Amino acid sequence: MSDEILPGATSPTIGMPQPEAPTPGAPAGGATSEDRAASMLRRIATGEIGVSVLAFVLALVIGGILIAAVDPDVTKAAGYFFSRPSDLLTAAWDSVTQAYSAMFKGAVFNPDAATFQQAIRPLTETMTVATPLIIAALGVAVGFRAGLFNIGAQGQVILGATLGGYVGFAWHLPVGLHLLVALVGGILGGAIWAGIAGFLRARTGAHEVIVTIMLNYVALYLLSYLLTTDAFTIPGSNQPTSPGVDESAQLPLLLGDWSRLNAGFIVAILAAVFVWWLMTRSVIGFRFRAVGSNPHASRTAGVSISTTIVLVMVTSGALAGLAGAVQILGTEKQLSAGIAGSLGFDAITVALLGRSRPLGIFLAGLLYGGLDVGGRVMEAATGTPIDIVLVIQALVVLFIAAPPLVRAIFHLPDPTAPRRAKVRPEPVVKGASA
Amino acid sequence: MSAAVDTRPAAPAPAARVPSPLARRSWKAPITFGVLGLAALVLFGLLPSGGKETTFAIGASGTWFHLTDFTIPSKAGAIVLSLICLALAGYAAWRVRDGHKPGRWVGAVFGVAWVLAFLTWAVAGKSVSIVSLLQSSLVLAVPLAFGAMGGLLGERAGVVNIAIEGQLLTGAFGAALVASVTHSVYAGLIAAPVAGLLIGSLLALFTVKYRVNQIIVGVVLNVLAVGLTSFLYASVLKPNEATLNSPPRLQAVSIPVLANIPVVGPVLFRQTILVYLLYVAVVVLTISLFRTRWGLRVRAVGEHPLAADTVGINVQATRWRNVLLGSMVAGLGGAFFTLGSVGKFAQEMTAGKGYIALAAMILGRWTPIGSLGAALLFGFANALQLVLSVLDVPVPNQLMLMLPYLVTIVAVAGLVGRVRGPAAAGEPYVKE
Repeated sequence: MSDEILPGATSPTIGMPQPEAPTPGAPAGGATSEDRAASMLRRIATGEIGVSVLAFVLALVIGGILIAAVDPDVTKAAGYFFSRPSDLLTAAWDSVTQAYSAMFKGAVFNPDAATFQQAIRPLTETMTVATPLIIAALGVAVGFRAGLFNIGAQGQVILGATLGGYVGFAWHLPVGLHLLVALVGGILGGAIWAGIAGFLRARTGAHEVIVTIMLNYVALYLLSYLLTTDAFTIPGSNQPTSPGVDESAQLPLLLGDWSRLNAGFIVAILAAVFVWWLMTRSVIGFRFRAVGSNPHASRTAGVSISTTIVLVMVTSGALAGLAGAVQILGTEKQLSAGIAGSLGFDAITVALLGRSRPLGIFLAGLLYGGLDVGGRVMEAATGTPIDIVLVIQALVVLFIAAPPLVRAIFHLPDPTAPRRAKVRPEPVVKGASA
Repeated sequence: MSAAVDTRPAAPAPAARVPSPLARRSWKAPITFGVLGLAALVLFGLLPSGGKETTFAIGASGTWFHLTDFTIPSKAGAIVLSLICLALAGYAAWRVRDGHKPGRWVGAVFGVAWVLAFLTWAVAGKSVSIVSLLQSSLVLAVPLAFGAMGGLLGERAGVVNIAIEGQLLTGAFGAALVASVTHSVYAGLIAAPVAGLLIGSLLALFTVKYRVNQIIVGVVLNVLAVGLTSFLYASVLKPNEATLNSPPRLQAVSIPVLANIPVVGPVLFRQTILVYLLYVAVVVLTISLFRTRWGLRVRAVGEHPLAADTVGINVQATRWRNVLLGSMVAGLGGAFFTLGSVGKFAQEMTAGKGYIALAAMILGRWTPIGSLGAALLFGFANALQLVLSVLDVPVPNQLMLMLPYLVTIVAVAGLVGRVRGPAAAGEPYVKE
């Protein structure tokens, strides 16, 4: 019974949405050298990278339209559009460029700053915010590639932060060991939480999408309950926050006091390398991917589906838990009900945007972190609500997932379309009329 | 609640592994019942101190005759009720041992007895109104049931609709905005499905036309819906709260005669028009999905699109239509949040109800009636939590808040398990 083929596991591996996407580097066919150069150019413009860039541009354009549409100056100018149409365009242009340049200044580089440190501080802030996002998204991606949809990263991040944080403030261990134990605590918290969903899926067939979503809420309320107990609050305080994490359990700062960038970023890089190794170089990772792409064949080949499912969920949750631990030990340093923010949900979109590949996720995480950090600065500077960032993020993923749509919008040819279709001569019937 | 346990294997068992009759028996239901029953006996019956009484109020004004409250001793009541639970678990085990299914009524009676045992313990020394508890259960189930039906319309045609959450949210937004501007609830009730349609058409465009993974599109559309509504709320509604975000509320309408039946009347027939629309939707959808040619075709597309295509059914058009229709049904459910409950739009006010609607759909086995039942279960768990948080019961409020979600997990894992949805759900159809 336990090795029954599970419904849903048969779906094609999530994270590689369009099987027709060109694999970079694969030659388009036997072509001459100049042909190859041309096809290379075309692949860049119309292939994976080009589509990703264009998708981002499209999302920014639509976001810009929204920003302009709700700007009071723009609406005022629209009121007398027919007498002076240029005013509307100027007002719209100003409103959009101000918002986006504030976002850029807040996320990457601030040219107005007095010192170099202050100028690049936004970039380090982006990296800091991206750190837990990348780690959690790696966890979500492991699930995707094994055909499991772990929507429960949020709950696993919360559990990871709870356990990692508890070790950090309640235990007092020597320097070095303390940080290590706290990180392991976070990993365990996330792994156990996801393991529940994996176990239920493997044992009873309960769909992991439903169970992980429900566990998100259970985790949220569990944490807010724990924050009312004596073990998790500062003695004598009614505040629903924990004591601060010991110095010995904190992730050290990388650049000094002027930036929040901490060793968590290195943990994120290590995690990305680990996931790359796991999924492409290890036997376990091979099993994960095999079960994801064809559970029937995997079972025939002797892979235990239920064991693999539990292992996938545990690995996925372990990474999400690590993200929670990094969040609390690196930046927050104190447990509160909102410790996870929307980290776990953002991680899903980051994993999708990064196409479930470690390098893609790393870059997507930086992009998301940048949009978040920049969005906050933008909101403060121009009053544009930060929620526009969510719209842009969602649109990017949507457009990247549907390259034919992006190509249709920009009138680009389809690089995967059979070449001979163009070579084929015009039908004779039409030629007769010409 | 359906508790019938599917003992059939989910996938055809390979010939090499002929399961013995023993292995085919599912002990899940008896074990779940037994564990829950024992827990009830110990926690609600044996451990608490005695000497308290629990009062259940079942009367309401305006009915033909007034039912008096009844009061039972808490400890003895809880013990008797948990013993009933254990007896049902034993009966289920006996049925399974003889190779039968335990029967649906066992689960239903078990659920009622267990909840009563819990209530008897939790409300010890106080009084709880059963009528208002059931009333708010139904009200809280409204968005879940609409959402679940929106979801099953899509899945029956082979498109997984994770974007229910987004459709509820845009529906809530559209309803609030239009009802505020026009000062008419009915305009709001029309705007809600139209707003849901916005998300639905994107879902259909990306999943049916561009064949993007349906779960991905659903999740991303939920993010988009949160982003769009929050952005528009913060930039347009919030500065003009009085003119753009103060919709009139739906008023309860009593149905003559029916509303005067004791207990049932106040619960079922003194509700808002949205609840009556829900009754209509459940009946219409049940008949049209399972008794009409249209329904047969939709289900054919969801189960085996190739076969449907072969006999001349337009698969893509059917999927488009159903996703759009489903998003309108879910969008209508969104009107509950702004016109029925809170009375104004707030950021992310659906708070994951769309995902619970998804669970309700699975728990209800992709049928409108089952979805309504499951939605009522969640509604009840939610209402129970609201009632008990006021009553100062011996359980911390945060743990009570977990209740609906824990109920879902227990229901999905313990009782339903490996259910089979429409076979082609999630698979894009490529015409050869």
